[in-house]
Amino acid sequence: MGRIRFASHRDIAKVWERALRIANVPMIYSEGFSPRPRIAYGLALPTGSESDCEYIDVQVDDSNGLPFDLLEVSGLLTFHLPEGIEVNGASVMEGKPLSLQQTVTSSVWDLTVNEDNVTVDLWLGRMNELKEIVIVRERKGKQVIDDIKPFVFSLEKGTNKEDGKVVVTAELGTQPRSLRPSELLRSIEPCLSEYKLRRRKQIVQQGAARLDPLEVDGATRMRIPIGAS
Amino acid sequence: MSTVWPALEEILIKVEKPARYIGLERGAQKPAHDSKNVAWLLTYPDVYEVGFPNQGLQILYEIVNELEIGEAERAYAPWIDLEAIMRAENIPLFSVDTHRPAFEFDVVAFNLSSELVYTNVLNCIDLAGIPLRSKQRSVDDPLVGAGGHCTYNPEPLAEFVDFFVLGDGEEVITELTNAIYAWKSNSNYPKSRNDLLENLSEIEGVYVPALYEVTKDSHGHQLLEPKNELAPKVVEKRTIADLEDWPYPKNQLVPITEVVHDRLNVEVFRGCTRGCRFCQAGMITRPVRERSVDQVRTMVKSGIERTGYDEVALTSLSTADYSDIEKAVALTTDDTLSCGQVSVSLPSLRVDAFTVGIAATIQGVKRTGLTFAPEAGSWRMRQVINKLITEEDLYGAVESAFSQGWRRMKLYFLIGLPTETDEDTLGIATLAQNCVEIGKKYTKNASVTVSVGGFVPKPFTPFQWFGQNTTTELQRKVNLLKDATRNMRGIQLKWHDPKATVVEGILSRGNRALADVLEDVWRSGGTFQEWSEHFDLDRWLTAMDNHELSVDWYTYRHREKTEPLPWDHLDAGLYKDFLWQEWRDALEQVGLEDCRWTPCYDCGACTGFGIDHVVASTSPPVGGSQGTWQDLENGGTRPQLLTIGTRSKGGDKH
Repeated sequence: MGRIRFASHRDIAKVWERALRIANVPMIYSEGFSPRPRIAYGLALPTGSESDCEYIDVQVDDSNGLPFDLLEVSGLLTFHLPEGIEVNGASVMEGKPLSLQQTVTSSVWDLTVNEDNVTVDLWLGRMNELKEIVIVRERKGKQVIDDIKPFVFSLEKGTNKEDGKVVVTAELGTQPRSLRPSELLRSIEPCLSEYKLRRRKQIVQQGAARLDPLEVDGATRMRIPIGAS
Repeated sequence: MSTVWPALEEILIKVEKPARYIGLERGAQKPAHDSKNVAWLLTYPDVYEVGFPNQGLQILYEIVNELEIGEAERAYAPWIDLEAIMRAENIPLFSVDTHRPAFEFDVVAFNLSSELVYTNVLNCIDLAGIPLRSKQRSVDDPLVGAGGHCTYNPEPLAEFVDFFVLGDGEEVITELTNAIYAWKSNSNYPKSRNDLLENLSEIEGVYVPALYEVTKDSHGHQLLEPKNELAPKVVEKRTIADLEDWPYPKNQLVPITEVVHDRLNVEVFRGCTRGCRFCQAGMITRPVRERSVDQVRTMVKSGIERTGYDEVALTSLSTADYSDIEKAVALTTDDTLSCGQVSVSLPSLRVDAFTVGIAATIQGVKRTGLTFAPEAGSWRMRQVINKLITEEDLYGAVESAFSQGWRRMKLYFLIGLPTETDEDTLGIATLAQNCVEIGKKYTKNASVTVSVGGFVPKPFTPFQWFGQNTTTELQRKVNLLKDATRNMRGIQLKWHDPKATVVEGILSRGNRALADVLEDVWRSGGTFQEWSEHFDLDRWLTAMDNHELSVDWYTYRHREKTEPLPWDHLDAGLYKDFLWQEWRDALEQVGLEDCRWTPCYDCGACTGFGIDHVVASTSPPVGGSQGTWQDLENGGTRPQLLTIGTRSKGGDKH
């Protein structure tokens, strides 16, 4: 939240690595010429976006039992991370769980746009009407033609306004590829443009249950009570 | 106090790498603003990634913020995309710490590390909303200051900068802060800007250009005289006697986004007495002042714990020359300190097997590139520049590196040195080829990158009288090397653009008349001249022409002993006679040894200031010909000749 939203996914990865080292978390390192700690960063957050719900997986050496208190370490990490990043919870995942990228099935976004109410209503109306929305997107440098409609789980106008601008709330699928908010906004005329994006939730759909990634099967959750971030 | 953040937040998403402008780095400070305090905006006139790691800026940032009456924040030159939006939307230059507009500070101070950033300095002054030239400023405008190595010839910037600081900034920044504080708080003070400037000029190491009258002699050489008795006739540089008293930065900043030299940096000593005659840094930072090995260890340990970095660099002008290097390396690679995950690097390697041995120890399994700087391709040429590396030493170092697993290395050379012949230039290709041949014994992928830069004579060096090679001549030498290495397998040749070298040359030894040239180049859009995609020689040549200034006169001309130099009113500690003697000795290929371990030859740096070398260990580190007086076995015959007294006159330069 705040200024840190302008740091890239890659920058934040480095920030995490250093914070974990400062907090003395006994990480497991990769082998080879240039050992790196084994950390997986989940779904990338577009530079400039805020989020209430980012997750990382850290492989920890527990050969002598869990060597630290999760609550304590979470607090320590918040202290050592830059202003705008807070650790709100942690779970222990035993064995070899699926990666965050594979687990998370959708994200809920608040998309604050520059356009006025009339334009947004027009856009929403058309979005909901269309059975199929085919766009060309770029993935790993290749052009891919996709129907994005199946990735749009829900779409509605938000009740809140941010800086007096209209907010669209959207739940977007992430499997097998995430639909990016910017792709959604530009997919049909009249194109909308983002003023500010905020990821509100990441959801793991298991059967009928919609779970938080910290609550999936095999996770032992430690909730950290803190104020709203 | 105000902030530009709300306006900035709206536009940052439109620019490249917005994290450059957000601050929030670990160690960053948010000083509480008090109008009575003296607020410094420490500005690096290049892009964030380049300016952020600058240790000088970070040291001063901490020292000022420790003062009760001081506040310091940082600014960097906004990249071209952001600058365009800032100008369109009237957003001034700002600090990254609290996004305070530059004009709200008392001092906007620049770090000058290269001549090619001068137009960025003008751009930043203008973006700050400060009138461009010193004489246009009123009592309400911030002071514009500058420090860093380029201040040893500040004249090209003298019209734009209110005060320059020569030498180490650790002590003088507090004295400046006190003087400005006194001026601000004393209601009896006539609050004229000139009074303040006069007060500042009384501080040792501070040069206030506006207090000097500029005239010319019959040959057009610039002469400076103080306008009144308050300004010193000669401004002496500042030197801190003992680095141990200044264990800064104590809280090295850790960036959010990637920067150059992204690691913990611990300065192990300042100064260098190798006496390479082309090297301004080695001349102006004398004497050698080493930290104790205990302090190095403490700084490394606390730095690693605090920053979370997994790499530490022991920095100096030549770290293998640190007298306690083996102990320092042993302590910093100590596993209990680093949990086995911290790597150590020596950014400036000496060329010998001993040094490579150390590099191998500390790098462990990491085998990043190795860089050596033989500087010249022949022994004769290396005698001229007093970089006394024998070929045996270079090959020993290279053999040692390839045998220990390295596959590629980089060799740095200068072209356009005094007395250089084509044989010397082509010697570079031969040396490189021999290095590849050695490497092939160990790996078929052996590769050597040869990096050549055109030599720019610098003030306060023995070569300050030398006429720089022309662009055409440098390009011809580059082409010679291109031809020579074309069919050599395993050699990559890289070179610095000779066109940029000429601009560095104009400014390096230029005078105040260049102010108009700088302003023209800046006004025509010539910023970020260090970046090849933005550099444009034509802007400079046009501006020189427009003001009827000759590139040849400024750059390519040899100087006479009697010629007044634009920096004659400044004192870097070195006697001019010593420099002239060194210049004559260079032309006769006479070497001079490292005075840390041999009797003083009185260059002036110590005797003139009542200071001396401070060394961590009483015995020098071992080494080859690059090593010390005591150990020259690796080099075979002793390469150095001691010269005392006057040498025969004559001996034309070419």
